[in-house]
Amino acid sequence: MTHPLAHIRNFAIIAHIDHGKSTLADRLIQTCGGLEAREMKAQVLDNMELERERGITIKAQTVRLSYKARDGIDYQLNLMDTPGHVDFAYEVSRSLASCEGSLLVVDSTQGVEAQTLANVYQAIENSHEIIPVINKIDLPAADVEKVRQEIEDVIGLDASDAVPVSGKSGIGIDGLLEAIVTRLPAPKGEPDAPTKALLVDSWYDAYLGVVILVRVIDGTLKKGQKIKFMNTGAVREIDRVGMFTPKHVLLNELGPGEMGFITAAIKDIADTKVGDTITDAKKPCAEPLKGFKPSVPMVFCSLFPVDMGDYMKLKESLGKLRLNDASLHFEAESSQALGMGFRCGFLGLLHMEIIQERLDREFDLDLIPTAPSVVYRVYSTKGVMTEIYNPVDLPDPVYIDYIEEPWIKATIMTPEEYLGGLLQLCQERRGEQVNLTWAGNRAMLVYRLPLNEVVFDFYDRLKSISRGYASFDYELDSYAKNDLVKMQILVNGEGVDALAMIVHRSQAEYRGRMLCERLKDLIPRQMFKIAVQAAIGGKVIARESISAMRKDVTAKCYGGDITRKKKLLEKQKKGKAKMRQYGNVDIPQSAFIAALKMGDE
Amino acid sequence: MTRTTAIYIHWPFCASKCPYCDFNAHVRERIDEDSWKNAYLAALSHYAEMLPERIISSVFFGGGTPSLMPPATVQAIVDSIQKHWRITNDIEITLEANPTSVEREKFLAFKEAGINKVSLGIQSLNDDDLQFLGRKHSVRDALTAIETAANVFERASFDLIYARPNQTLKNWQEELEKALDYTARHLSLYQLTVERNTPFHVDHAQGKFSMPDEELAADFYILTQEIMTSRGLPAYEVSNHAAPGEESRHNMAYWTGGDYIGIGPGAHGRITLDSTKYATRDHAAPEIWLERVQTSGYGRTLLDPLSPEDRFLEGFMTGLRLRKGISLSELERRSGADWAALLDQDKINIAQKEGWAERSENTLRLTTEGILRMNALIPYLLRDDRSDRDGPHTAA
Repeated sequence: MTHPLAHIRNFAIIAHIDHGKSTLADRLIQTCGGLEAREMKAQVLDNMELERERGITIKAQTVRLSYKARDGIDYQLNLMDTPGHVDFAYEVSRSLASCEGSLLVVDSTQGVEAQTLANVYQAIENSHEIIPVINKIDLPAADVEKVRQEIEDVIGLDASDAVPVSGKSGIGIDGLLEAIVTRLPAPKGEPDAPTKALLVDSWYDAYLGVVILVRVIDGTLKKGQKIKFMNTGAVREIDRVGMFTPKHVLLNELGPGEMGFITAAIKDIADTKVGDTITDAKKPCAEPLKGFKPSVPMVFCSLFPVDMGDYMKLKESLGKLRLNDASLHFEAESSQALGMGFRCGFLGLLHMEIIQERLDREFDLDLIPTAPSVVYRVYSTKGVMTEIYNPVDLPDPVYIDYIEEPWIKATIMTPEEYLGGLLQLCQERRGEQVNLTWAGNRAMLVYRLPLNEVVFDFYDRLKSISRGYASFDYELDSYAKNDLVKMQILVNGEGVDALAMIVHRSQAEYRGRMLCERLKDLIPRQMFKIAVQAAIGGKVIARESISAMRKDVTAKCYGGDITRKKKLLEKQKKGKAKMRQYGNVDIPQSAFIAALKMGDE
Repeated sequence: MTRTTAIYIHWPFCASKCPYCDFNAHVRERIDEDSWKNAYLAALSHYAEMLPERIISSVFFGGGTPSLMPPATVQAIVDSIQKHWRITNDIEITLEANPTSVEREKFLAFKEAGINKVSLGIQSLNDDDLQFLGRKHSVRDALTAIETAANVFERASFDLIYARPNQTLKNWQEELEKALDYTARHLSLYQLTVERNTPFHVDHAQGKFSMPDEELAADFYILTQEIMTSRGLPAYEVSNHAAPGEESRHNMAYWTGGDYIGIGPGAHGRITLDSTKYATRDHAAPEIWLERVQTSGYGRTLLDPLSPEDRFLEGFMTGLRLRKGISLSELERRSGADWAALLDQDKINIAQKEGWAERSENTLRLTTEGILRMNALIPYLLRDDRSDRDGPHTAA
């Protein structure tokens, strides 16, 4: 039996990273009796080790709570824990679309941050009723009134009835639960209409196959029902229906307004696209839900195993990650300098970082990432547009009419003392100021920036300029034509493919000089002089040279030394296989690896 | 088959360890001299059985500090060698010695034991630097020892270490000229090298001293060649200088692919058995070596056949250390490997053009500039097999 619609509340929690979203969710679960105290571990909804450790949510989660309100009614509360980061903006928007309301959680010691803003606007776009929640009020530095004012000034929400709580100590939780019941609207839906449900998220479970998180709009989902995924066209039979409490609990069916999960013997997560509409295969609904978008990677980089023998392992590991992350794209790539690897596409910088970290941590792979790049639109002289994912693929300049690059709209919140430095950073990165507003002593800076300037250490620079106090968020804005060139690094006149990059002409010299200087320090002296150059087309814009080695002879070589030296010689001979010949010198792969690694700093 | 063979005897003990030394040398409170003597004699008997038909051309007592050996032990070893094998008329029997007074006083006894050449570890003619190098003798001791050795032995050589921290080219020139006043026959001149697993390695890493840079080190080497050549002791090997005919016969066996038997902790050997060349190595730990010899008659832990390519590589890299270079046809015959398959003809041509090597018909030799860069030049000249360079061809 499904729950009466009037007694259901579906809500999401929106918060900036570290503002206590997951702790608050834990507390709500505990208060409603979803888990015994002994079962509580911190941040029960963040399943992945990485999620828990970094305090970020990557996959959407729901948990159904049972709450007996002061009016004596048992309410079904469906709490949606959404990924908070812009990289997963589309996933966030689908999670929000499955709810009628949101809790906007703001840390009373920190105030409104950039990420809070992006998500709250999305909630507003989804017509959410929003309850501002001021968290961590038990901390000595808490300033509830100031934060209340900030919510009004920066976001423009009425915060007079914001709920002050402490997720950690449990203060104000009862009041919050009452607010959810009384202030958020109940879902609407038709129990007898054809089945219509939103695919909120999905993940791969080794035992169950693909688990699909759904929100039922109309009709019901039940075991044995044949369902159709309207965008992919796939038809499957439901073999399990259930909910999370957060434990898996099997149900007979899910009715309108309810959230839960289904499984349907699906092996490939790519078949279950976030935002798709699930309907009854025999009696389908007339129209799918609006807002479906396939995920599009925005940031690319190549990953090469340090040990060439790990190539197959890398391939398998990426495949395993993709089981649970349909937005991860990869294809094989071969580099002269670095050997065999993969060109990978990510939703954004955090997504890229997470994948790299998981490959390192869960699969124990030592990888060389190339400098991140974005998708360029290259218009040929014949008027044909090609999307370029890898600088290596850029055609010869004579065939290029012009190149467009993606721009973002970035929002930066910062204490005023760092504003000057951040303005300078944005200017250096070819930014265009859109807006500058103030909330107390904090500035909100809105800039248009080329994404390729942001993927290149922008976030690290922002954090170091602001000593970690500034927050940053972005959304894709538009593509714009610009004076973009391919810069190559030449060693003894030959291009090093892994170091090629597409840059704005005004930045080329600076980047080129930096890379040449770096390589000068990294390439060991050889028998011959080595020229390291940065060039655009045939024009050299920066150069360094590594003078030839003059003396390396070993002073002594007697009985035992001969064996040792011969072993060294054999190693050197084998080592040549790991080197790449540039003119008359062999450059160890390790020098290029180091040059790329330094790009992270 | 009567093949001339050299014998190396390793005495693994020192009174104290020098901070630059990475040789297999140990300091012990007490040494059971009789046991050690018997062990060397047993190991010699073992090799006498294994390689009976040999003519011994040289014996070298190295270490460690073999001048700490009781002369009776040296005598017993020399006697035993003469008993087991035939020896050449002009056999060279060398002992490495430190110039402290205690050791000087044993020179006559060593001579009576059969030693006809000493190699003195002088290292420096500067008292401060001797102290820095951890040596237990003074410049006075050194000079006295050189004179004593010249009087006692038919031949004497000594070692100096240069390109030391803070040393200037001028200092070194003066020091070397002074050293040359004391010998006219053989000198080993080594550039100081900071080896791993030595106290110097740690001190250097911690910045307690700094070494001359590559450019200065090269200048030191070139200056040394000029001085030695003008004084009639040109280099015949990277670090070894001699008047014509005074070269160390024993060391030449290492560099020209001769057979040498290595006996003692950590000693290496190269011996030919049934026309296959083997590399041998004795156990490096003194006590274990001793015990092994006592129980099984020998201390060898490795007897490894060398492939033709191994032999070629060894001959190539040691032969090019010699000023006279290598005869490619002779090396081919000796190793059984085809030189054209192992060396890159084009790179040899480049090395000639760069002034690093000289080639006539059959001989390949390095110039001073070539010797300076030898560690890089040798792998450069080897043909590389890059067919597997692109890694796995299992593109997805």
